[in-house]
Amino acid sequence: MTLFPKALLLVAALGLAACNNPDRYGAGGADGAGGAGGFGAGGIDTMGLGDPSDPRSIAYFNQTVGDRVLFAVDQSSLSPEARNVLMGQSQWLATNPDYAIIIEGHADEQGTREYNLSLGARRASAVQDFLISQGVSPSRMRTVSYGKERPIEVCSTEDCYMKNRRAVTVLSMGAGV
Amino acid sequence: MTLFRTLTPVVALMLGLGFGPQAQAQTGPLRIIIDQGVIEPLPFAVPDLVPENGAASEYAANISRVIAADLAGTGLFREIPASAHIARVTSFDAPVGYEDWKAINAQALITGAVGASGDRIVVKFCLHDVFASQPLGECLQFAGTPGSWRRMAHKVADAAYSRITGEGPYFDSRVVYVAESGPKNARLKRLAVMDYDGANIQYLTDSSSIVLAPRFSPTGNQILFTSYVSGFPRIYLMDAASLAVRGLAEQPGTMTFAPRFSPDGRTVVFSLERGGNSDLYALDIDSGQSRQLTNAPSIETAPSFSPDGSQIVFESDRSGTQQLYIMSAGGGEAQRISNGQGRYGTPVWSPQGDYIAFTKQNEGRFHIGVMRTNGGEERLLTASFLDEGPTWSPNGRVIMFTRETAGEGGQAGLYSVDISGRNLRQITTEGPASDPAWSPLLP
Repeated sequence: MTLFPKALLLVAALGLAACNNPDRYGAGGADGAGGAGGFGAGGIDTMGLGDPSDPRSIAYFNQTVGDRVLFAVDQSSLSPEARNVLMGQSQWLATNPDYAIIIEGHADEQGTREYNLSLGARRASAVQDFLISQGVSPSRMRTVSYGKERPIEVCSTEDCYMKNRRAVTVLSMGAGV
Repeated sequence: MTLFRTLTPVVALMLGLGFGPQAQAQTGPLRIIIDQGVIEPLPFAVPDLVPENGAASEYAANISRVIAADLAGTGLFREIPASAHIARVTSFDAPVGYEDWKAINAQALITGAVGASGDRIVVKFCLHDVFASQPLGECLQFAGTPGSWRRMAHKVADAAYSRITGEGPYFDSRVVYVAESGPKNARLKRLAVMDYDGANIQYLTDSSSIVLAPRFSPTGNQILFTSYVSGFPRIYLMDAASLAVRGLAEQPGTMTFAPRFSPDGRTVVFSLERGGNSDLYALDIDSGQSRQLTNAPSIETAPSFSPDGSQIVFESDRSGTQQLYIMSAGGGEAQRISNGQGRYGTPVWSPQGDYIAFTKQNEGRFHIGVMRTNGGEERLLTASFLDEGPTWSPNGRVIMFTRETAGEGGQAGLYSVDISGRNLRQITTEGPASDPAWSPLLP
């Protein structure tokens, strides 16, 4: 069954082009767990993560700089640790100007669906505002909220919830998002 | 695909059946008054319909089973099984032997017949007040295609339910929802629609992108929903007959969600997020013009119109936590109506205008509840690890909602509960399911 016209799907593919992060979900990436080279269908580009020891690699950004920050329950303010991670991200982005980013905001499951969408948007926006304050151009950034739709941890205790209350900076090729 | 077929003619008066067309409607002694007290379910019998020809025999028993399931499913009625029946109904037109039904204490009796020819079946039925030894209301006939036999059964049950309870009907209705599959950290979601009782499931989208919270239009011909097909959450409008989809209120750099129709079907109220802040907007569907209804740095979402279209109830955390507010449909000052402990979200105005249903979080538990529109008479109907997203039956007596279980294997399912708090039931679906939205009563 074709629900959406091809043009829309194309837009979707472009919107998600060259995502590096396994934490991706949307049109084409049906299982959301593809990781590097895992996206074959739907015209979604593949991008190598590179060597984690190479400071210019995506793997280095994800693992060493840190691609995510965590939040307290029902909060969107940035902790000192989060600010440190984001300062690292802004420095990395300054030395790697070819990348654009999508900032994903997420919530844990303790909340209603609509509220968590709004809360995730607040978190993504808090990260975006901080990166702008550190000199990253707004034209390189977009935000999206997944609310409670995409937990990375699946237990229903605070151990998992604390990792799910997150904002993830996802790199993509091309400075204009 | 046609979602809603009209039964034509919907109702035809049965004349010349020996008791005349003037039988009293809703004035007999057989009556259930639904209130908050504990009630003893009313015993009823539905012998198999009489097949009027060979082709009708496959429907005769099936229709009576659906009628019985509808009535018993309310918790207000108890079926006396066929094995206990003394009388056998072999002719729809023959006089009813009321003594045989009194003997087994069947207070209500539904007799019927079904005829089938080609692409048309005709169902006749009478509701009887056994202890008054007379029909309750006039006997009716429904005609339609063979594929609509379940709807005809629901129509019969609706008539019986309404006459006995004095409440509006609701069995002949559908529910649009999100069918789920896959593990918790990579859930696949697609839109589906089913009869209110879980039968006749049809899938409306594939699961290539996340879809959330579908809502029927007031006529049931259109469905609003939120999809990530563009990579970002946006609201879409689907035509229920053709399944054609178009985007609404597309503004780059924003996220739109939580859409719901106005009662006249011409306006969509929804949340628009920009720069991390969510506010409420109203979109005129024909002109495509949007109007901002709230302007606050807090989260404003989950709007729902009053049935007369004059007001909107919504949730906001402007006080510091999620609470419920009512404002004019044009925006402006809002009155807070939720006053208890905990957080309140997803308010939905009842079709009759008398209650607001909501999700409440308090002390680590989730509840579905109802309150009056001034916030009074708050009553929690359920409690679990995660209950959310109430939707009203067309008659405002029953609420369906999502219940999700905890942990790695946690799954969502659809449940219903009477607004008295009684009769909690799980709706059988083909797999995990969430975000139900009830249609209006079908024509």
